[in-house]
Amino acid sequence: MSALTESGDLTVAAEPGRSSGTTRRMRPWTPYAFLAPYLALFAVFMVLPIGFGFWTSLHEWDINLPDRPFVGLRNYAELFDPAGVDGSRFWTAMKATGIFTVASVPLLVVLPLAVALLMNGRFKGRNVYRAVYFAPYVLGVAVVGFVWRFLLDGNIGLVNHYLGLDVQWTTDVPPAWIALVGVTVWWTLGLNSVIFLAGLQDIPRELHEAAMVDGASAWHRFRSVTLPGLRPVTIFVVNATILASANMFGQSYLITGGAPADQTKTAIYLIAETGLRQFDMGTASAMSFILAAFLMTASALVFGAFRDRSRR
Amino acid sequence: MTRDIRSLRRALLHLVLAVIAALYLSPLVYMLSTSFKTREGAGSTDPQWVPAPATLDAYREILGSPDSPILTWFLNSLVAATGHAVLVLVTAAPAAYALARLRFRGRSAIFATVVATLFVPPVVLLIPNFLIVNELSWVDSLPAVIIPAAAGAFGVFFLRQFFVTLPGELEEAAELDGCNRWQIFVTIALPLARPALVTLFLLSFLTNWNDFLWPIYVLLSPESLTLPAGLGNFQGANNIRYDLLMAGAVIASLPVIVLYLVAQRWVIEGISRSGLKG
Repeated sequence: MSALTESGDLTVAAEPGRSSGTTRRMRPWTPYAFLAPYLALFAVFMVLPIGFGFWTSLHEWDINLPDRPFVGLRNYAELFDPAGVDGSRFWTAMKATGIFTVASVPLLVVLPLAVALLMNGRFKGRNVYRAVYFAPYVLGVAVVGFVWRFLLDGNIGLVNHYLGLDVQWTTDVPPAWIALVGVTVWWTLGLNSVIFLAGLQDIPRELHEAAMVDGASAWHRFRSVTLPGLRPVTIFVVNATILASANMFGQSYLITGGAPADQTKTAIYLIAETGLRQFDMGTASAMSFILAAFLMTASALVFGAFRDRSRR
Repeated sequence: MTRDIRSLRRALLHLVLAVIAALYLSPLVYMLSTSFKTREGAGSTDPQWVPAPATLDAYREILGSPDSPILTWFLNSLVAATGHAVLVLVTAAPAAYALARLRFRGRSAIFATVVATLFVPPVVLLIPNFLIVNELSWVDSLPAVIIPAAAGAFGVFFLRQFFVTLPGELEEAAELDGCNRWQIFVTIALPLARPALVTLFLLSFLTNWNDFLWPIYVLLSPESLTLPAGLGNFQGANNIRYDLLMAGAVIASLPVIVLYLVAQRWVIEGISRSGLKG
């Protein structure tokens, strides 16, 4: 420290052996003061609820009843009994979530990637296109849900009119799944596209130029430069999209209302109804932990599938 | 020859992008058009892109109904989304800075714990956070839709990535000038992080604005609802009046569209920032 000068010259290079951001003069509690406000929120609304939720799932828990007996794993046992009332409702909802996730995630990764590739260049109107595609995400699920409920109306909807069909998109399965997936793609394509576009811009131009010099074809450059460069972004998008799709609620609530016969009522829809309408919070919590276990398994599989193959 | 191919490709590109754009704009145009139709016009089986006759009846009816205080909902949404986005910035920015630039005991453990929660499906928080919010007497009030979601790890994770890339020389120079850590954070790091902060603000605002499930269960009385939750109430109606529904959707959309057109520049700036790293 004795060698310090008064110079504030920004061009002075960092001294060797001192990594940037290393802190010298700092009170020991300073970093914790920076962290405290966030960690307070984190503790109360993230860490506490995870434990509290599990605790709730081990009880017969109704918010309006003072008596909340400990029942151990009984809530889980009931859910794993497909013949029981709770069990059959739950697995119908899990199936709905599964169908929607499997059908929507590939489209929500491939189509936005394609759109991002189309827009990854300099041309007139690029920003206008991007703004248009992103717009529905800004409008929110309530507006989007209602507009499409109108357009998908079986009797007076534009979709049937222009396609020359007579399909009950909101009350028949499988058309309802096509409708829900289609609306979701329309709604969030722009968001994933923008994330992919940012990822594409992060790939150093020199890599493309070097591949061009080597005479690589456009397809080969895409395979050997673009896709590997997008790997971190893709992992992020795939994971975020799986979580978003597995938490699909608004589209189903607004467009199908779970019809027909609760077949499009997703797991989170059932969890919300069970816990926050019927106030059977023990069962609802147990449901959410089972759903979470499925989701975390899915995330783990995604990471496994995208693991850096060069390190094999 | 190659010029011909290039301009052909360009034309094709514009054609594809324009078709997609039409698929995006036409539902919104039809929403706008239907909001000016009569009750009969909105229920017609023939698509009417230009309402004939055009009327403001739907707007009069929806704005005049005491069951749907749509302007109150709009204000609630604005307060909630703004409050939430500000809270995210105010708490996540210093935390992200400390995790990125300061050395202290427990740093990696804290960061690992925060990041780990990115992989916790939010559904497990739904029931317990309702119970916690209920304990705090926030049910049916705006703090319930402003505060709990700010505990999410995304903001910290997002900003930390940015702070890590800042050149250390600027901070060292400020330190030589006698600045303390807080001053360095406020005068050096935050201004440099402005694009990231704006992006995070907009993303937090939009996420909160879009949030649907949580507000419909945690907000109960008509005057405390946010816009999506309020519009969601129309869903229960047996006899769907599409003219009213579309008028409500237009009222809900217009201010956000205006905001979006103004802020779009910032989103682009925030995103292109990541291209400057190399």
